[in-house]
Amino acid sequence: MSDTWKEKLYEPSDELIAVQNVDYRGKETNVNADELISIEGVDLDYSAKSGSIKALENINFNIFPGEFVCVLGPSGCGKSTLQKILAGFIQPTTGMVKLDGNEIKGTDWHRGVVFQNPPLYEWFSVRDNVAFGPKMRGVPKAEYRRLTDEYLEKVGLSEFADKKIYELSGGMKQRVSIARALINDPEILLMDEPFGALDALTRENVQNLTRKIWWDTGKTIFFITHDVEEALLLASRIIVLSKHPGKVIEDIQVDFSRKIMEDGETEIKFTENFYKQREKLLKLINVQ
Amino acid sequence: MKKISTEKILTVMTVIAIFMVWYIITATGLFSETIIPSPKSVWESFVDVSRNGYKGHSLLEHLATSMKRLVIAYLLVVVTAVPLGLLSGYNSKVRAVLEPIVEFYRPLPPLAYYTILVLWLGIDESSKLALLYLAGFAPVYIACVSGVIRIREDYINGAKTLGASKRQIFFYVVFPAALPDIFTGLRTALGVEYTTLVAAEMVAATAGMGWLVLDASNYLRSDTVFMGVIIMGITGILLDRIIRFAEKKIIHWKGRS
Repeated sequence: MSDTWKEKLYEPSDELIAVQNVDYRGKETNVNADELISIEGVDLDYSAKSGSIKALENINFNIFPGEFVCVLGPSGCGKSTLQKILAGFIQPTTGMVKLDGNEIKGTDWHRGVVFQNPPLYEWFSVRDNVAFGPKMRGVPKAEYRRLTDEYLEKVGLSEFADKKIYELSGGMKQRVSIARALINDPEILLMDEPFGALDALTRENVQNLTRKIWWDTGKTIFFITHDVEEALLLASRIIVLSKHPGKVIEDIQVDFSRKIMEDGETEIKFTENFYKQREKLLKLINVQ
Repeated sequence: MKKISTEKILTVMTVIAIFMVWYIITATGLFSETIIPSPKSVWESFVDVSRNGYKGHSLLEHLATSMKRLVIAYLLVVVTAVPLGLLSGYNSKVRAVLEPIVEFYRPLPPLAYYTILVLWLGIDESSKLALLYLAGFAPVYIACVSGVIRIREDYINGAKTLGASKRQIFFYVVFPAALPDIFTGLRTALGVEYTTLVAAEMVAATAGMGWLVLDASNYLRSDTVFMGVIIMGITGILLDRIIRFAEKKIIHWKGRS
């Protein structure tokens, strides 16, 4: 982490909780919390015709239970690559990623993934798509049926349970995708620019839903985005990656999301603090 | 009442126009009956053959013989080419074994290797079935392989993150995702088999629509040839319709996502 950036960002500000290991809701300190995920010295090189290209360089950070981590960065900074490593789709060139102290070596259901373009199965109904995880894992029928209804309800799609996938709008598809990932009760939910393709209204809608799910369930969420405002509105912690190769250049705690949930502050993005934070982060991203 | 679309009307009118041109050309008497038989004599040939049969077999028997060969070979293709093709798409080692064989024989004209099949399997039904089977196998196999290879990686990654095993991914994700391609292959295979059928019935057959047409042409019975060709054409359309109907029922999502 470059110190000049640190100095710039660590100016005194009410909105920044500069101390690490503060409980994500800011209610109590939680210094001894064990990390859920630890990323230790991760490098990733892509091999290309002109030699290897470094996508990620020396990534080191921990994710604590209950955090809503947003990773911000310009396009091409390797943030999706980082998400793929966490999901287990690719292995880091050096370093390792651990979940609950065990190295992540492949893909399994303990890390739920919400993709940018939801790969829902068109041959199944909405209900069967949501039920897919528990069904594959051998959860008894009565149990996964109950769970399916519960999670459809959570994302507000109970009435659409028997629809075909092609009958849904983009926002609804992403809701199905969220329900499908959550139903397995994964330890962490990995979301890769999930709302990038949605129109502004739908986007706000699913953002609110995601925030509410995080707040209600206390689920740990790792969320990739290039949208500064989206990160500020959702995250409890924002990590900024630099461009080519991706390095962590900032790691801050924010509490707009908490304020929205606790105080019902719907106009938070028009406050001065929010504006200041946004400018700071934008500068950080654009300067590169 | 259901509204009839412009396209349907156009299709029907085209058919009527062809019949009219056919009728007018033959009515002028410019061409002999051998070159272009009149619709009337073709119809009479149809009535005659369906009443009295053709060389010892009724028209239905000829048709049934051909259909039996076609259907048996086709079913064999479905139960072998689909699983082998899907497996080849899913597993590169299986593909490495099967693909060169298919690549080699696929471009060969069926008649080129038919004699070999006759030498090996004898001149009766089995060599005919083998020829039709080989003709149908390649397009289905290739369509299945490309169907699996073209599957979005996220479909499979998604299933893995949801806890599906390799086997489950194959049956619940790969197979249904490849269905549109499978059906394209199945339709192509039916067409290829149908054209090969005539070739198969050229050698030492005593019944079948292909044989009927070839035998009639040996005696310059153009009316019977025309009649046989028209029946084969209509049968071909009907068979294709059956597959298209099944496709529409099974792949309800095609072209809508």
